[in-house]
Amino acid sequence: MSVAHSRLRYGITTAVAWSLAILVFFPIFWMMITAFKTEEQAYQLSVIFQPTLQSFREVFARSDYLSFAGNSIAISLGVTVLSLLLAIPAAYSMAFFPGPRTQKILLWMMSTKMMPSVGVLLPVYLLWKNSGLLDTVSGLIIIYTLINLPIAVWMAFTYFCEVPKEILEAARIDGANTWQEIIHLLLPMSLPGLASTGLLLLILSWNEAFWSINLSSSHAAPLTVFIASYSSPEGLFWAKLSAASLLAVAPIMVLGWLAQKQLVRGLTFGAVK
Amino acid sequence: MASVNLRNVSKRYGDNPEVMRDINLDIQDGEFVVFVGPSGCGKSTLLRMIAGLEDISGGDLLIGDDRMNAVPPAKRGIAMVFQSYALYPHMSLYDNMAFGLKLAGKSKSEIDAAVRKAASILHIDHLLDRKPKALSGGQRQRVAIGRAITREPKVFLFDEPLSNLDAALRVKMRLEFSRLHQDLKTTMIYVTHDQVEAMTLADKIVVLSAGRIEQVGSPKTLYHHPANRFVAGFIGSPKMNFIDGTVSAIDTETVTVQINNGGLQQVCVAARGIQPGDKVSIGVRPEYLQLDSDHPVIKATVSTVEGLGDFSYIYAASASAEEPLISRIPDALEVANGSQVGFSIKPHHCHLFDSQGEAMPRTAPPTQH
Repeated sequence: MSVAHSRLRYGITTAVAWSLAILVFFPIFWMMITAFKTEEQAYQLSVIFQPTLQSFREVFARSDYLSFAGNSIAISLGVTVLSLLLAIPAAYSMAFFPGPRTQKILLWMMSTKMMPSVGVLLPVYLLWKNSGLLDTVSGLIIIYTLINLPIAVWMAFTYFCEVPKEILEAARIDGANTWQEIIHLLLPMSLPGLASTGLLLLILSWNEAFWSINLSSSHAAPLTVFIASYSSPEGLFWAKLSAASLLAVAPIMVLGWLAQKQLVRGLTFGAVK
Repeated sequence: MASVNLRNVSKRYGDNPEVMRDINLDIQDGEFVVFVGPSGCGKSTLLRMIAGLEDISGGDLLIGDDRMNAVPPAKRGIAMVFQSYALYPHMSLYDNMAFGLKLAGKSKSEIDAAVRKAASILHIDHLLDRKPKALSGGQRQRVAIGRAITREPKVFLFDEPLSNLDAALRVKMRLEFSRLHQDLKTTMIYVTHDQVEAMTLADKIVVLSAGRIEQVGSPKTLYHHPANRFVAGFIGSPKMNFIDGTVSAIDTETVTVQINNGGLQQVCVAARGIQPGDKVSIGVRPEYLQLDSDHPVIKATVSTVEGLGDFSYIYAASASAEEPLISRIPDALEVANGSQVGFSIKPHHCHLFDSQGEAMPRTAPPTQH
């Protein structure tokens, strides 16, 4: 291949990558600038305007941001911890003591993710209502854990499969029981993978909107409900909606940015080694 | 220190038929025993059953005087070294060797003494702060052995410990295993597919094939008195030649065999269950298959000559044997590829196997010339 040809290819690849990145980032960028406009300016396509914090003031005056944010934090952390606590032992037994049906169970678990959530809305709503879980933080933690558990188990399973079986056998000969094996060897050895699993759980449960909108109203409502409350069928609301959205996604975007390296490494853990 | 006894041990997976059956074996206290056999013969499975990493489906395993079938690995008084070393990658060498003692709740000073003692035996004192990643293959293997030593086991189990090392290091470490056994005088069970390791290390070799013990004995016994054709072919390198023939006469201490497409060969064995007319095969090791142009019993065509310095191996195709015959000759003898050669064999250098592959007992000392 000639040098000119390879340069051309490099140039095309770069151009495609940048176009895709801009395409993905543009809505977020537009939301960010709209948040600093007035409601009238929000309907104009201009990017040159006098920035104002008016929408933020209105949003803070109308609703208790900190309460929503507090719920989001409590729910995301709760889901992450609970999911990992359940997923790690499950993945351990599947990875190191597989039965004849282990692969089928894994596939079945994943298949539940293919079902549209709305299909089980009615039974779940009634269950939650009758158990007194509606509009409670613990109720949301339970439903988010249930929907994210397949991903958590699947990821932990993949990382555990990378751990040589002989190392755990050596530990067994050294006198380690199952818990000591998990705590002293398995967890430290698969820490990068489990950390990215945790981050992913955190992000997924922070962003989950369907169940929070349907199963909570005021008391346990997280930031996704807060955003939704600014959408209305009529009137001017784009600037306020954008300000609310920015307030809701900012924390998780900062976290995602900081953990980017870890996240990518964790997600490609099995592929490159 | 302890003996290891297996009584009618068997192994099956699920409802499948047994993969190992009726394994009976006595290992004396302080003995160095090597399990050897081709891959898939069950040697590693047997070792893992002794270690407690595989369930024993039937029979009894005794270590010392105690039945160990249901005892967890850590309580069997064993230590194991794996082919892949199986070091804990996130721990320093010191912690790798101390891990078992820490779990056992030993005091800091006891642990320190045990680790330093093992490290000095294996000359890895200066590496104790490092992680396994920073070591060469040979050093990792030493750490794995060190981890085993700190447990002060009654029985050491080694699962193909040298397979991941290069040839030169393998020879060096083989000598170290010998030295270690002389120093510690502990019972050791060593699994390998390499019959040279087996011959050089073992007090006693156990040859396995397809989940069965073929023969148990000292290296010399297995070399000179293999119980069957499998053992005869497996022990020794290059492998034994097998020459096909028919029994023509039987005497008290000799059997005369008519070699297919060849002459009459006398063999110093006692006939057991064979009669004149039966198909048999004569076994002869390459060093005893001699070039002889005056009175050859077998004729062959040379296909390859391998010069090794002080001697050469010639490979020759013959109508008397299925596989090419291998003969060791002095390097001074010039033999050209494609040339016709004749071989003769002294009667006391021959083995004789019946059509089932069972060996006839030899009646003359095999080592005389």
